[in-house]
Amino acid sequence: MLERVKSIRDALTRTRQAAFGRVATLLGATEITPEFWDELEALLIQADLGVETTADILEKAKAHVKREGIIRTDALKSVLKAELRAMLVTAEPLDLTTDDLRVVLIVGTNGSGKTTSIAKLAAWFKGQGRSVLLAAADTFRAAAGDQLDVWADRAGVPVIGGQPGSDPGAIVYDALQAAQSRKVNVVLIDTAGRLHTKFNLMQELKKVRNVTAKAAAGAPHETWLVLDGTTGQNALAQAQQFKAAVEVTGVIITKLDGTAKGGMVFAVSHQLQLPIRFIATGEKLGDIALFDAAAFVDGLFE
Amino acid sequence: MFDNLTGKLQEVFKKLSKRGKLSEADVDEGLREVRLALLEADVNFKVVKEFLARVRVRAVGVEVSEALNPAQQVIKIVHEELLTTLGTAAPLDLSGPSPHVIMLVGLQGSGKTTTAAKLAVRLRSIGNRPLLVAADTYRPAAVAQLETLGKQLNVPVHSEGVGKAPPEICSNGLKKAREQAYSVVVLDTAGRLAIDDQMMAELEAIKQITKPNEVLLVSDAMTGQDAVRTAEEFHRRVGLTGLILTKVDGDARGGAAISIRSVTGVPIKFMGIGEKTDALEVFHPDRLASRILGMGDMLTLIEKAQENFDQDEAAKAAQKMMEARFDMEDFLQQLQQVKKLGPISGLLDMIPGLGGMKQQVDPQQAEAQMKRIEAIINSMTPDERHRPDILNGGRKRRIARGSGTTVQDVNQLLREFREMQKMMKQFSSGKGRGLANMFRGH
Ligand SMILES: Nc1nc2c(ncn2[C@@H]2O[C@H](COP(=O)(O)OP(=O)(O)O)[C@@H](O)[C@H]2O)c(=O)[nH]1
Ligand SMILES: [Mg+2]
Repeated sequence: MLERVKSIRDALTRTRQAAFGRVATLLGATEITPEFWDELEALLIQADLGVETTADILEKAKAHVKREGIIRTDALKSVLKAELRAMLVTAEPLDLTTDDLRVVLIVGTNGSGKTTSIAKLAAWFKGQGRSVLLAAADTFRAAAGDQLDVWADRAGVPVIGGQPGSDPGAIVYDALQAAQSRKVNVVLIDTAGRLHTKFNLMQELKKVRNVTAKAAAGAPHETWLVLDGTTGQNALAQAQQFKAAVEVTGVIITKLDGTAKGGMVFAVSHQLQLPIRFIATGEKLGDIALFDAAAFVDGLFE
Repeated sequence: MFDNLTGKLQEVFKKLSKRGKLSEADVDEGLREVRLALLEADVNFKVVKEFLARVRVRAVGVEVSEALNPAQQVIKIVHEELLTTLGTAAPLDLSGPSPHVIMLVGLQGSGKTTTAAKLAVRLRSIGNRPLLVAADTYRPAAVAQLETLGKQLNVPVHSEGVGKAPPEICSNGLKKAREQAYSVVVLDTAGRLAIDDQMMAELEAIKQITKPNEVLLVSDAMTGQDAVRTAEEFHRRVGLTGLILTKVDGDARGGAAISIRSVTGVPIKFMGIGEKTDALEVFHPDRLASRILGMGDMLTLIEKAQENFDQDEAAKAAQKMMEARFDMEDFLQQLQQVKKLGPISGLLDMIPGLGGMKQQVDPQQAEAQMKRIEAIINSMTPDERHRPDILNGGRKRRIARGSGTTVQDVNQLLREFREMQKMMKQFSSGKGRGLANMFRGH
């Protein structure tokens, strides 16, 4: 367990060092110069925060500098941190004690890491003493069911699936029936990846959501969008469209074990008022952790 | 959001005099907008900097001509420079003795397996005997995925489960290809992070053993700033020979392609444009350049229109529109022409500014609507088509019956037709922007 936490921390440190290591140096105890602002801008943009968000942050920081008479970069550090933190929406912690069934619908584009994240979430919820059941509702991608089966096996949780090409709604329905009769705590629904621009596929996803809503009271209790941490500015369009289609309630950001920085989550969270729920940092079951906004932002400047 | 660079530049240059040379200050002001456009398209920060420096050198001192206003001048230079950066499409290198090896590499989830299948189909269609090799032993069911695709497409797959090391599997696959006279071997390797030294070493081993003609980086069009680092590292370790950009059917602007081109210099070979196995397109630099600049894919649309439209008919219709003599008969013919361009969802993608409309317009509904309109007009007499004003209650009822619609449907069409006539008058006077409304479902 400790090792797992450590490895997540290591992975994130890599991200941070790559992204913000130089900001940290920048934010040493020196005076704020015009070049400093340029370099700060360069770093934020290269971390995929996007031009708009970056300009926003810079403007706020500059306003602070002016208002509070800040002249040294180290003093600016806490201001920047606070502004970045303020962009990340916080959410009620997940209720991990309720006896009621909680259904989580997992959505996202092709290859963003939905299936892998579901496996990790299954292990995570299990680690919290919750019983878990998976619904293999990606019947489109070749061997998607097999992939989830392998993961379910590794995580030691049951999975309900169907034939390739079969109706995902029917699988969700079966899974929720099974979950209710078995008194399972958490159902995680894996869906086929789809680009947010495909009208028909988004309609199909809405249908899956509707089936979910009919098959269990209050379901889906959460709908999480899985965003690939290497994605650039398109993440915002993705989040917008998925939110519009299936009322996304939170975000999981994956692949933060690489050198990509995932800075687009600031805009996603802020503009769409979506909390980031988890971060994924690898391809093993344990490579997932609850998102901690303060720690994430602190990490940027470590 | 950034919709049209030309528009923005026009704004910037409005106050500029119509004649003379572009000054440094003029150019710099214009390039600020270009910079934003490129960054919003995910072109890497440093790559943008170098790119703008090149454009600047070319643009300062350029004579503003009668033909092109300053904004158009700058756009032209930017576009040309983009094209130079993107390079031209390069075919697959299938030189030397068979079997030729094509090795696909890339990050996790970038689309290698699907692309491998697409490549096999394409290779077969040009007379090759492809063999797919399942060398991803890490991701659960990756082997099964490729086997399933192979079965669907009737392309043989060499796989050895997940028990053996990928270099060995590739080596065996190549041996099989030699023995059984396959002409091309496509290696589907596992996704990996460029910083994963051990995994990158595995790629080096595969490359050493199989001596591929092509080592293609498969990269997601949605990739952000990190594309540079990934591409650099893959290039350093395994010497890339080309790039395939995937998921181009989405609305990502695809600036990563410029970043990758800039740091590796390898050509872009193909673009993945859908989940189906034939959705692989030869790279078109001009289209990608327009897309990166946020100018839509008008070129494709125009090309399609040229291929499919009957030029005489189109010219006649245009003439009639100008003269406001456009009637139901003309409308019907136009509908039939538009139908030849393919599904409406595809068209919406290509028109700048309309991509976002796809969420509001149900393509299926729009197609159904078009069918309904056709049926209604088909039920009209020639006279009624030329002079819809003569349609009274009785005639409308007859038309509704004949076309399997309702009188409300007929009335709606008439209303819209009148609207459209109005719109077309605006269109011909250069003010219209009504295309969007024509396809809006009800
Ligand atoms: N390095 C890394 N790879 C990941 C992570 N999450 C998923 N992947 C990989 O990304 C690829 C696509 O994941 P998958 O779960 O199949 O995506 P899906 O299509 O959204 O279900 C697989 O190769 C996964 O192993 C992560 O956090 N880090
Ligand atoms: Mg999946």
